[in-house]
Amino acid sequence: MALGLEASLGDSVLTTKVDAVINWGRQYSLWPFVFGTACCAIEFMSAAASQLDISRWGAEVVRFSPRQADLLLVCGTISYKQAPVLKQIYEQMPEPKWVVAMGACASSGGIYDNYCTVQGVDTIIPVDVYISGCPPRPEAVLDALMKIQDQIKGETVLNDRHKDFKGILD
Amino acid sequence: MNTTALELLKAAFPDAPCTASVDAVVLTVQPAQLESTLARLKNDPALNFGLLLDVTAVDYLEYPEQQEARFAVVYTLRNWEKNMVVQVRVPVVDPEAGIPSATPFWASANWGEREAYDQYGVRFQGHPDLRRILNHWQFQGHPLRKDYAIHQGQICYETDSLEKEIRARLANNGVDQTLMDDINTEIMYLNLGPSHPATHGAIRILTALDGETILANVNEIGYLHRGFEKTAENRTYNQVIPLTDRLNYCSALMNNIAYAKAVESWLGIEITERAKFMRVILAEFFRVQDHLVCLAANLVDMGGLTNYWYLYNEKEASYDFISRLTGARLTSSFTRIGGMYRDFYEGWEADMEKQLRDIEKGTNDSLKLVLKNRIVHDRTQNVCVMPADLALSYGFTGPCLRASGIPFDLRKDNPYYHYDTFDFTIPVGSKGDIYDRIVIRYEEIFQSISIIRQAMKRIPKGPVTIRDNHVTLPPKAEIYKNIEGLAGHFKLVFDGIQVPAGEWYDSFEAANGELGFYFVSDGSGRPYKCKVRPPCFYMMGGFHEMIEGQMIADAVINLGSINIIGGELDR
Repeated sequence: MALGLEASLGDSVLTTKVDAVINWGRQYSLWPFVFGTACCAIEFMSAAASQLDISRWGAEVVRFSPRQADLLLVCGTISYKQAPVLKQIYEQMPEPKWVVAMGACASSGGIYDNYCTVQGVDTIIPVDVYISGCPPRPEAVLDALMKIQDQIKGETVLNDRHKDFKGILD
Repeated sequence: MNTTALELLKAAFPDAPCTASVDAVVLTVQPAQLESTLARLKNDPALNFGLLLDVTAVDYLEYPEQQEARFAVVYTLRNWEKNMVVQVRVPVVDPEAGIPSATPFWASANWGEREAYDQYGVRFQGHPDLRRILNHWQFQGHPLRKDYAIHQGQICYETDSLEKEIRARLANNGVDQTLMDDINTEIMYLNLGPSHPATHGAIRILTALDGETILANVNEIGYLHRGFEKTAENRTYNQVIPLTDRLNYCSALMNNIAYAKAVESWLGIEITERAKFMRVILAEFFRVQDHLVCLAANLVDMGGLTNYWYLYNEKEASYDFISRLTGARLTSSFTRIGGMYRDFYEGWEADMEKQLRDIEKGTNDSLKLVLKNRIVHDRTQNVCVMPADLALSYGFTGPCLRASGIPFDLRKDNPYYHYDTFDFTIPVGSKGDIYDRIVIRYEEIFQSISIIRQAMKRIPKGPVTIRDNHVTLPPKAEIYKNIEGLAGHFKLVFDGIQVPAGEWYDSFEAANGELGFYFVSDGSGRPYKCKVRPPCFYMMGGFHEMIEGQMIADAVINLGSINIIGGELDR
């Protein structure tokens, strides 16, 4: 039984908040861009393949153009040589956008604590969710996806995200 | 030890010091004699070292024993017909002045010497294109020098334009402005990568196009350079094993085995019979996995997505078996120096047999779609041909070399782990085109399955590691109950296996080709230097020869057919 305003509008109209309805849409239609460089990308392939099937979370439309994607999955080691490429790709993605650092290398440099490896992609671009593991199991990718969805639920469309981020390349 | 090779080389070069080390002969020459020595090794029909496997340098700055010069450059050459390996060592007194380049003799020297220059700062006189290859162009210094601190990272702000290089390549191919004016067209420059779905990783393929035809191509690698060699120098020998997993991550266990075999060969360790058979079974199983991923991805690039499901689903199912055995799906770290981490679990034979049957089914299903498919034939036959002589010159090994018609396979030519007693054949191509490379991989899957079945019948019972307290950890009961066991465990974990001082090269037939390891040991528990001879590094070095003159879409499937794996390519 409808109450308040909805009671007088009949069955055809629902009232809600703009945030709620937009976030609902965003949560279940994430379009990932897979920045796959190393071993983790192979495990992402498994997450996308039929056994685990990432489309159950509405995120199966993997885009190979950053301009069509809103979820950046950094799968693998990022070297200093790769860093400007990653930053450029992130900047090409339209707002709003979310970033997942998949695996130990993307999160912190992992076992490669040396002269050529960036010690975590959060020194270049803002990261929303980190996945541990070297490489993580594909189920962990799905877990990260659900965490992003939870995060989206609590956001508001009025605020820009990560406006004041400064990384080592800025 | 190869005594015939040693005698042959001693007779051929009476003035140069010549010693044997594992399977290789080490020949030390001075820079002044380098060119004549290399020319003779390549061109003398009795020597005929047609394959330059690897080029690297050694920095002896912290080496306990005094050397002739701070640097030495090492060329590793192979005569594939007679199973001879020679390493030519050249002391380098002044790295700035450098030594003569080997590029006139072998095309693979181009990338090999670029890497030695990039990592050690040794110059090569007469090299056509001496610039960095793994590190970025804004990098200062040379990271593998012993006085370069491992943590000293350097930020790269922008990507190299490669404009000079692509123009040089265009000029080399005879394309200049007058020609372009004549045919009334303009060159279009197109970058594939470093982040592109067709590159299967991070490689940059810069092409100069006339319409869809590739006039010139320059490739840039190093986007996944993660300092394997520098990191390995700071680890004990066993601690390097997890790093080897991440070289070719599609067949991680093969790298583990190749690495352990290389260290054991110098230590003179004979592993147990059961461990040998385990290594054969697992290596062949991972060869199958590697080929499945390669074919699946390659056929997706061609538009055959159904093949991806047929082939990749079998790989995904195999992961279940691998994780039951090793505890991990991708990065198994399952070997130890002196054997395997642990034995097979109870009932593994039935699981393996089921897995093999499924793989056969998936592969046959996919073959039905491919073998008589006109589209596949048209897209792959006579496309991106690599003739045998060029393939050898560029240092091709493995399925890609065999596709060009050279029947070289270390399992047959330098057998280890009883490979000479297994019944299997080496598929060889006739043309060296994409079709040959694809079909050879299909056939190798069936050959490997046959080897696994034979090995499963013959595998004996017994321990999987040797019992030597200087090499393998003592059993837990001894560690907890007596002081010798505890002390042995402590010493091995903290100091590592004490490896006698020396230098050696050992190789293994991995899924992609000859995977070699070149070590320099100073007698401690950590490698003084550990250089990987990655098969796909040299295949990428010859990529432009295959795709120039072809269409842009051919370049994409050609890249898939040579199976470039970033971890191994850039290390």
